[in-house]
Amino acid sequence: MADLSIDFAGIKSPNPFWLASAPPTNTGDQVMRAFDAGWGGAVWKTLGNPIVNVSSRFGGIDYGNTRMMGLNNIELITDRPLEVNLREIREVKRRYPNHAVITSLMVETKEEWKEIIQRAEEAGSDGHELNFGCPHGMCERGMGSAVSSEPKVLREIARWAVEFATKPVIVKLSPNVTDIVEPGEAVLESGAHGISLINTIKSIMGIDLDRMVPLPRVGEASTNGGYCGPAVKPVALHMVGELTRHPYVAKLPISGIGGISNWRDAAEFIALGCTSVQVCTAVMHYGYRIVEDMIEGLNDFLDSKGMKSILELRGRAAQQYKNWGDLDLGYRVVADISVDKCIGCQLCYTACMDGAHQCIHLPGRTEEQARKAGHTHIPKLIPDRAVTAKGAMPGARVPFVDEEECIGCNLCQLVCPVSGCITMKEVSSDKPHETWNDRVQRGADFVPGGLHATEIERAKRNG
Amino acid sequence: MTHHSPHIPDVEGDRLEVLYEDKKPPYEDAEAVAEANRCLYCVDAPCIKACPTAIDIPTFIRKIGTGNVKGAARTILTQNLLGKSCGQVCPVEVLCAGACVYNDWNRDPIKIGRLQRYAVEKALAEDPQLFKPKAPTGKRVALVGAGPASIAAAGWLALEGHEVAIYERKLLPGGLNTLGIAPYKMKVEEALTEITWVLSLGNVELYQGVEIVPVSGSPEEVSVATLLQQYDAVFLGLGLGPDSRLKIPGEDGGGVVGATHLIERLKADPTLRFKGVDRAIVIGGGNTAVDVAHELALLGIDATMVYRGGDHELSAYEHELASGRVDGMKVLCERSPVAVLRDNMGKVTGVRVIRTEDKKPVPGTEEDLMADLVVVAVGQSRATEVARSFPGVELDTRGRVLVDPKTHRTGNPKVWCAGDCVNGGKEVVNAVAEAKIAVTSMHAFLMGTEMGVEKGVGA
Repeated sequence: MADLSIDFAGIKSPNPFWLASAPPTNTGDQVMRAFDAGWGGAVWKTLGNPIVNVSSRFGGIDYGNTRMMGLNNIELITDRPLEVNLREIREVKRRYPNHAVITSLMVETKEEWKEIIQRAEEAGSDGHELNFGCPHGMCERGMGSAVSSEPKVLREIARWAVEFATKPVIVKLSPNVTDIVEPGEAVLESGAHGISLINTIKSIMGIDLDRMVPLPRVGEASTNGGYCGPAVKPVALHMVGELTRHPYVAKLPISGIGGISNWRDAAEFIALGCTSVQVCTAVMHYGYRIVEDMIEGLNDFLDSKGMKSILELRGRAAQQYKNWGDLDLGYRVVADISVDKCIGCQLCYTACMDGAHQCIHLPGRTEEQARKAGHTHIPKLIPDRAVTAKGAMPGARVPFVDEEECIGCNLCQLVCPVSGCITMKEVSSDKPHETWNDRVQRGADFVPGGLHATEIERAKRNG
Repeated sequence: MTHHSPHIPDVEGDRLEVLYEDKKPPYEDAEAVAEANRCLYCVDAPCIKACPTAIDIPTFIRKIGTGNVKGAARTILTQNLLGKSCGQVCPVEVLCAGACVYNDWNRDPIKIGRLQRYAVEKALAEDPQLFKPKAPTGKRVALVGAGPASIAAAGWLALEGHEVAIYERKLLPGGLNTLGIAPYKMKVEEALTEITWVLSLGNVELYQGVEIVPVSGSPEEVSVATLLQQYDAVFLGLGLGPDSRLKIPGEDGGGVVGATHLIERLKADPTLRFKGVDRAIVIGGGNTAVDVAHELALLGIDATMVYRGGDHELSAYEHELASGRVDGMKVLCERSPVAVLRDNMGKVTGVRVIRTEDKKPVPGTEEDLMADLVVVAVGQSRATEVARSFPGVELDTRGRVLVDPKTHRTGNPKVWCAGDCVNGGKEVVNAVAEAKIAVTSMHAFLMGTEMGVEKGVGA
């Protein structure tokens, strides 16, 4: 059994799994039930000045048979009295002294920040998360994501918080910015102790075509909401990666948020450099119970890799996130279709013909037919192999990859419905290990056919 | 004579069982994940309620979907140590999968049995040491019989740190789970592999070819008194007795065989061959009758079930009848056997039957059905003799051992009992569920933590 406990800027937690500030952390009863289920920490639903919420509040997006691949919401911060929240925070900390309870905060003036930070600490909060991320409603009042998009303002408010707090201050960033590094650097400059990201993405979930109103609908109108759920995970990973590879910002612990639904997602965020992860949508979909699989799966994963603690996993992938200019131009893979697993659906063929490089062939065609279908390079031999896999279409043939032409784009592998049927195999290219930046270094950073290259070519011919 | 657990004898290869293909072959990774992702992950799920061992099915299926197969196996095995074979042999159509919410929606229910088998097989292949036994307690438990109830009980007792000894009169352990399961569901080796794993969970000794008897007369026998004296607690997993007989003229002699006896030979006896058997008649309307008829049909024999009740009265599962019929098995209802017919040489030539109405014979309606083999599948007798020889153990009028259903304790405070000998003959999963109840009670007794002992005395 690996050690899953973490220390996030001084906030101790039995495991890295925290509930994000959201409906699942609305009340003390909910947070205690979550801790009983196994969650290591909870970021309380944002505290602030009284607000009024609308009905309805959530919108979902399905993909095929998958419900709620993405979720958005137009709910504001807590609509319960501050006193009630603080009383419940105190009770939760009394009953669960070893779990992390972090108070998410959002107010306007310096005096308000001072008061709410002090009151949260009196209630027993282990740390504060400054909500500079909420992209709906509150940002129209100059709070939430409006702060993330103005690094100077962010730095100023975060400095107030650091000044007033005796507990660690985490700044929650919005992804609704051009470059996440700017607010990230502002957090570092403010002296805050940690960063959490991403908050939700500005979104409209769809249109009710009968009423001609965007979704989610409030009467005869709607507004933009915050988008989250499994669909946003790649966006979140990128923004986390931008900060964890940053030479200075990476010194701060980072709490990863965005589409984390299971142990594997969590392991990925931790491998990219996160210290804790926060979950919301998956809990809203399936309940607190999902944490059992997250704890167990992460534990078994660490064991299987011989890692004794989270520490050994953290950041292992961070330095492999590089700029395009640092990628090896000499590396090459080609698609390999397993004859035993192919069921003959030919989705790879269509994807390659219309969406990629026309290097997958259907057997049994004459050269003329192949050219008419759109191939420009015809391999000498296209083996005609019948599919044999279970569930295969009777009479179908296994498509053939023309390895000379395949540029290793992955598309066929991505569309193949049979896991493990198409693999990308490494082949030696005749090119040396070289990056674009290497080429820039030796003055060979031209593209054939470009004006620069033409000038060089001309000079060669003339000279 | 006695063997330690790792030395379960191999079955010989040249058995008829190996001719059968799996009806539900093991899933490959991609198939399992695709099926797991269909599951809705219901809360308070009907599948859990339909499982006698109450496995948290939606949770283990979600774990398969996230790639946490080891965790899936833990979820299964914590509730049911024989989770692998139950995945193969459970009538899921009338249990978990039959309760799946997709049924009401006219969609295919989740293939719970196949997912369960996949998870346990894959996890144990990668890491058999999924569970670690607790420190030794110094307590010793004897289990009589090595059927599914005893095997499951032995595993759980061993995990609690108790020293366990199983006494089995046959050479192969596992009871009907090893020797009675239709070979297109599970083969002997698969059952033995699972047993070997369960016996490896802790301090378990398996004595094969040793019979528990009222009074010992040979080295292959241990007396009841010795057992009660040498162990702190005893578990009876006796199963059922031999196949019941028809008690009709012509029944005695070659060509007439009991159903469970025949299945056992088909699975484990390399000498069994059906030379000269073109037609077989199976007497009975239950699941054992269907199994035999189905197995014979798959060997190319013209097999007919003959049942005295009507079509709607067959006690066999509908899905088993349908599956058997697809493979060529026939069912003839409202016929009752009167005599087994034999030629001058004594060879079976058929069965004389009489038509029935409401299961009662209609005089003058006899007819002769041709057959080379007659299989009798009208139930099994009770294994009453051993049970009775334990002081305080009582039986009901139908020969079933009486227990307190909350504890599965018998009238003898040192003796617990579970499985077919208590329930009269149910599924493997029922035996495992009962064994768990018994083990919980036994463990409390052994550790001196029983609830309500004082209260019992006072009342």
